[in-house]
Amino acid sequence: MIRLNDLKISYRIANRTIDAVDGVSLTIPDGCIVGIAGESGSGKSTLMKAIYGDIQAPMHISRGSIDYDFQGADGRPVTTQTIRRQWFKSISYIPQSSMNSLNPVIRIGRQFTDFPGTDSNKKRVLEQARTYLGKLGLPPEVMESYPHQLSGGMRQRVMIGLATFFQPDLIIADEPTTALDVVVQKEILMLLMELQEEMGNTILVVSHDMGVHYQVTHKMLIMYAGRVVEYGDTESVFGDPQHPYTKMLIDSLPTIGDDSMRGVIASAAGAGGDRAFRAEPVLVEVKPNHFVARAPQPDNVLA
Amino acid sequence: MTVILKTENLNKVYRRGGLVAGKSITALNDVNITVESDKPVVIAVVGESGSGKTTLAKTLLRLETPTSGRAIVYDTVVAGQGATPSKRAFLGLVQPIFQNPFEAFSRYRPVDAYLQETARRVAGMGDDAAEAAVAAALRSVGLDYGDVRGKYTSQFSGGELQRISVARALIPNPKLIVADEPVSMIDASRRMIIINLFKRLRDDAGRSFLYITHDLATAYYISDYIAVMNKGQVVEFGPAREVMNNPSHAYTRLLLDSIPTIKSRWRPRLAHAG
Repeated sequence: MIRLNDLKISYRIANRTIDAVDGVSLTIPDGCIVGIAGESGSGKSTLMKAIYGDIQAPMHISRGSIDYDFQGADGRPVTTQTIRRQWFKSISYIPQSSMNSLNPVIRIGRQFTDFPGTDSNKKRVLEQARTYLGKLGLPPEVMESYPHQLSGGMRQRVMIGLATFFQPDLIIADEPTTALDVVVQKEILMLLMELQEEMGNTILVVSHDMGVHYQVTHKMLIMYAGRVVEYGDTESVFGDPQHPYTKMLIDSLPTIGDDSMRGVIASAAGAGGDRAFRAEPVLVEVKPNHFVARAPQPDNVLA
Repeated sequence: MTVILKTENLNKVYRRGGLVAGKSITALNDVNITVESDKPVVIAVVGESGSGKTTLAKTLLRLETPTSGRAIVYDTVVAGQGATPSKRAFLGLVQPIFQNPFEAFSRYRPVDAYLQETARRVAGMGDDAAEAAVAAALRSVGLDYGDVRGKYTSQFSGGELQRISVARALIPNPKLIVADEPVSMIDASRRMIIINLFKRLRDDAGRSFLYITHDLATAYYISDYIAVMNKGQVVEFGPAREVMNNPSHAYTRLLLDSIPTIKSRWRPRLAHAG
């Protein structure tokens, strides 16, 4: 379980402070895939970085805290200060572009033995990695290949392999399939879902594609302008969206076979900055496990 | 009716290695597409990575010479046997938009220099005419020349830069714009701006587009015709609605089945522990 307590994350640039995440309080239960959606600049990536514990100047937590409900190797509870030691052990990260994230001059096999603190018996680790990649549908030659010799889909499989090799409690996947074509995307997402069911861990998936969210997630978190506007079970959020921004996100998906949609979709950004989407940092439970932000009070709109 | 785009037995074979032991890869395998229309159209080319989409675009842009066959754009043979237009005439007919706008423009040069250059060299304009043409092109993509002048790529977002690419392509007044994955490097929430811009330019400014993408949803959204490519071949081609609503080829069906929709799930989502 991860608890965010009135979390506010700011960037201090010159004399200005920008609050990228502005008062987020919520609880993410164990063992589920949570989808995070919202447009660029809504604070998704900042929130993910903070949960991952990658907090570097000018970014800082200016208020609130994050509680992690799991323990590190030393048996003490993990906090924002100590989470770095858990990277790639109990918490891992699948970045957006696998080409830029794998070391281009090191063979795939070596990348598995490269983590500090892994089993000192390299041979054993390599054998386990080979077996594991085989399970993910990669041929054994991959271990001896350089990243540029693999296709985009294979590289993303390797990234998922690296991220899940140590069976982490928490995986953060930032747009894990954006650069891939639809056929490969489906394979990767199915793989991710299978692994999650097997390991029972928590995965946070950032994506712009509401279709991807509907397919893979158990819970949805919708952000707008640094605040959470809606958070709830995926079925409920898609079936009965409450906030106008959520409704717009779901409606803006071009659908094949639906001729009424052809050529009439307004762009998300065209509607951006709309006051109707702004929210108070207070979530109200409208249904079991389905929270919606309170609409702004007239006095606070400009604040 | 005008022949907007026609390819006749277009083939492209890439050779790797020596003549004897070399391997050849067929990137385009007898591609035959004909689009005739009086109105400007958007033609989408969809397919997975390595299906030959980009080779088709490069051939139409004369960045690759076809091994055999030829291509016709607006009644002019542009590639293959009998391709006669001069470089300048060709660039006044067909213009490209590339996938990554950050790579299309140099980091060390203000982006408006490219627009100015296109106006002078390709469209053959003088100083004043070039200035006016750049301003008009930027205006038609929703930007103000005052906000663009003298700025470098790092001062723009991907979406803005891609709109500048579109503006540059518009300056020589081309009939066909070949856009190779124009939105895949852009933030998804900004993609529809570019897509809707294409639509507007087709309807109001009379431009045709060859829209190369692996995103079937946007292809369906704006295109009039769709060509589905797989392993160098066009496996299905026709009016967009017909192809997408009644796909006849197994590969088209596979592509359509792989789209994440909010209608039905690939696999049931089990109740989570929390």
